[in-house]
Amino acid sequence: MNKLLLPGLALLLLAGCASERVVLLPSPDGKPAAVVLRDRAGAEQVLDQPYAATVRRLGINRADQTDAETVQARYAQTLQALPVRPVSFVLYFELGSDRLTPESEAEFARVKQEVAARTAPEVMVIGHTDRVGSVEANDALSLQRAQTMRGLLVAEGLPAEKLEVAGRGEREPLVATADEVEEARNRRVEINIR
Amino acid sequence: MIKSHRAAALMIVGMAGSLSALAADVAGMVKTSSGRVVIERQGEILPAPVGTQVRVADRVRTGVDGAVGVTLRDNTLLSAGPGSLVVIDKFAFDSSTLDGRMSVGVRKGTLSVATGKIAKRTPESVDFHTPTSVLGVRGTEFIIEVAGGSNE
Repeated sequence: MNKLLLPGLALLLLAGCASERVVLLPSPDGKPAAVVLRDRAGAEQVLDQPYAATVRRLGINRADQTDAETVQARYAQTLQALPVRPVSFVLYFELGSDRLTPESEAEFARVKQEVAARTAPEVMVIGHTDRVGSVEANDALSLQRAQTMRGLLVAEGLPAEKLEVAGRGEREPLVATADEVEEARNRRVEINIR
Repeated sequence: MIKSHRAAALMIVGMAGSLSALAADVAGMVKTSSGRVVIERQGEILPAPVGTQVRVADRVRTGVDGAVGVTLRDNTLLSAGPGSLVVIDKFAFDSSTLDGRMSVGVRKGTLSVATGKIAKRTPESVDFHTPTSVLGVRGTEFIIEVAGGSNE
């Protein structure tokens, strides 16, 4: 009797206290966002307004609307633990070289500050060129630009293994041009810090 | 001549770097950690202070006083509040092509998410799941809470 009853009771208790809640937060850029929930039975529920929520209990979803204050209060510890948002910089180079332009030299100080301000920073550097020169030479130059940035950041104390570099050559111009056209805006590296 | 040799050598270093990252199945890194936070990996229980690598198949667990924040390689931000168990079921990301996929499970507790580059490029390749449901995302930030969930 007990043997039969106890597991049944335990299941009931489990089901009674098990609940799930999903809350959509506003996107930082203000663009429309949505979450689509699908349960095993295939039932779908869409959250597409900021702070729209759904609460699931005993297999039934109930729509709910919450607000910023309630979310901050209920999930304070979770939200506080969210990592600092990644940030990107674009730095520009002199023609055919891995030397930064004077403006980008100044901007690089901000990159260093951003890296220094983070706990456990990781950096991705992607180099690019304009279309002057051969594809092969530009592959090498774009990588050299990224490597030069890596060297500068490692010199600042960032461990080399926290830095990933890539060179895309002239394949991904910011501004489309004909071949062999000088374009300062394409001679660049993108530095992503996370 | 010397220049081109140097460029070739640098290219090899660069490729070796990205290969080793792939081989280790690194999904991300712990960026914030407070209270008790551990990673369960292949039967081992590892402490997870700031700077700890998070790998595919890792189970991230927080104690009653614990909270943890993880940034995945595609810039997805995750944070788990006290009493949580979060599993990185799948994660793959090519930082050159931006192709990738990910699947993250919340067994219990609370997970806050700000989706990253994979969700932006191929939202259909991203899912989050609870014991009962699967969430698809469209460029989103959200919170999942599983009360009375499983410890496994």
